[in-house]
Amino acid sequence: MPNALPFKRLPTNKAEWVTVYIEGQPVKVRQGDSAAAAVLAAGLQPSRTTVVSGSGRAPYCLMGVCFECLLQIDGVENVQGCMTPAREGMQIMSQKQARQLNNSKPSDLKPTDLKNSHIKKEDTAV
Amino acid sequence: MNTPEYDLVIIGAGPAGMSAATTASSHGLKVAILDEQAAPGGQIYRSISSPAIANESILGADYYHGRTLLSAMRYAKVDYFPSSSVWTVSPELFISFSKEGKSSQIKAKKLLIATGAQERPVPFLGWTLPGVMTCGAAQILLKSSGLIPSEPLVLAGSGPLLLLIAAQLNRAGVEIEAILDTTPKGRYLKSLRHLPGALRNLPLLLKGVGLLIELKRAGIRYINNAAQLQALPDDTGLLTKLQYKTGEETDTLNCKTLLVHQGVVPNVQLTRALQLEHQWDELQQCWKPTLDSWGESSQAGIFVAGDSSGIAGARAAEYMGALTARRIVQQLDKSSQETLLLETAKTGRLLQQQQAIRPFLDALYQPANEFLKPSDETLVCRCEEVTAGQIRSMVAQGCTGPNQTKAFSRAGMGPCQGRLCGLTVAQIIADERQVAVSEVGYYQIRTPIKPLTIGELADLAE
Repeated sequence: MPNALPFKRLPTNKAEWVTVYIEGQPVKVRQGDSAAAAVLAAGLQPSRTTVVSGSGRAPYCLMGVCFECLLQIDGVENVQGCMTPAREGMQIMSQKQARQLNNSKPSDLKPTDLKNSHIKKEDTAV
Repeated sequence: MNTPEYDLVIIGAGPAGMSAATTASSHGLKVAILDEQAAPGGQIYRSISSPAIANESILGADYYHGRTLLSAMRYAKVDYFPSSSVWTVSPELFISFSKEGKSSQIKAKKLLIATGAQERPVPFLGWTLPGVMTCGAAQILLKSSGLIPSEPLVLAGSGPLLLLIAAQLNRAGVEIEAILDTTPKGRYLKSLRHLPGALRNLPLLLKGVGLLIELKRAGIRYINNAAQLQALPDDTGLLTKLQYKTGEETDTLNCKTLLVHQGVVPNVQLTRALQLEHQWDELQQCWKPTLDSWGESSQAGIFVAGDSSGIAGARAAEYMGALTARRIVQQLDKSSQETLLLETAKTGRLLQQQQAIRPFLDALYQPANEFLKPSDETLVCRCEEVTAGQIRSMVAQGCTGPNQTKAFSRAGMGPCQGRLCGLTVAQIIADERQVAVSEVGYYQIRTPIKPLTIGELADLAE
């Protein structure tokens, strides 16, 4: 749920506006905004929690360097929000600590799970 | 698989990349630009093809100069690949890049790396709190979205961009609580000997003075000699206060947004991954690739231009891009040595004028020691949450370089791949060992230099 003071918008040049959903809430953003900008415009802070301690973080550099703006976008985890243009209907959720593999812990996996692996190639990062 | 082949492939579409592409293409070379961003301009001319803000006086004329470069590149025949992140380059110059979750390859006869700069990491207590951002980030939000940071707003740091973004936000009607200048006492005196050089680029020098006057006239509180910054959270973990010291006095300011800046440094991620030779720049306190006067690196056929070759600014990058492109044209036998010399003389003079002011700026705005070698409690690796104190204790136990502290603590092993801790870790180790940073070295950067799915790798083999 958006909780922090949202970043305000100056009068802008004409452009398309699209609706994205931030933690389920519809937010109108300008075409050309990144998902990270959308999160700031909506006032969602923190937008991720860290892998190690679970502390809150928010977009920091906005140029693809710091990886602080990792988000869950359209169901795919650990996506760099600042490098992802906002699109109509995009579902943006905060990234909670480490990415879940198949929504199950490795210790829960049985050999049969591995044989019929549901691991989709688009959400398996190296 | 049929891999498209180009005479020249350029990585990055900032001023260096755009001007190199235009120049090379006008000499008949087949040119491609791979750009990580969705539109050309780099960070300095970000969103120049469709600027967000209606009022052009906010960002100022220097930003809109990017249109000249953009229209020239559009006129030239250049294959522009947007949203394309290069993740590796083979010794034969096969370039692999990821675009919208799919990887492809192109082949180059010559490669120009123009990946620009990143902001220097600014470690201090509380720099990871939501609400703390870089000045560059605030400027990107202005350029590409017309978004302004939440108030109360405080800016802290040192360098030309700090003053520029303050002026731009002020013109946009944002109320700035205070600007904290962390430039250490005595720097003005130290930089004075470089003033004659700076005077060769009088317009830029005057722009800086103009910004200071503009901020003063706006009545913004300007606090000199600020030190020992500490960002403090409220009970929900968001930034609420900035504590700082001036001399012996401790003070606090309320803020919801804190913008920090300590200059910019070359983005060496790709040049490091390609194992090009690098050197330590003592004045700029950063690494840069070792190049000949035309920008060719230690590996023949790979060139570097613009801020990724050493910080010199946007105009210098533009001239460097053009010079390097002409050298490449000549190497590929598309023009004679005589034509090359004639054409480059003028650009060379313009470049020298731009470079002449750097020693003055570099000496004046060299970051204070507390940001280069932060206190023990300060997090240096944001991803893996490793403190300066942990690095120091590993040195005491015998670690001699960043690759060892990385193995023991994971500092530099998170998703940013050391981009935000590499400089700090090396400087802490050098300081503890009392040796030069060049002796300590840098992380061994390995490809892929951007996270990549296994599926993408598999697709490439098909």
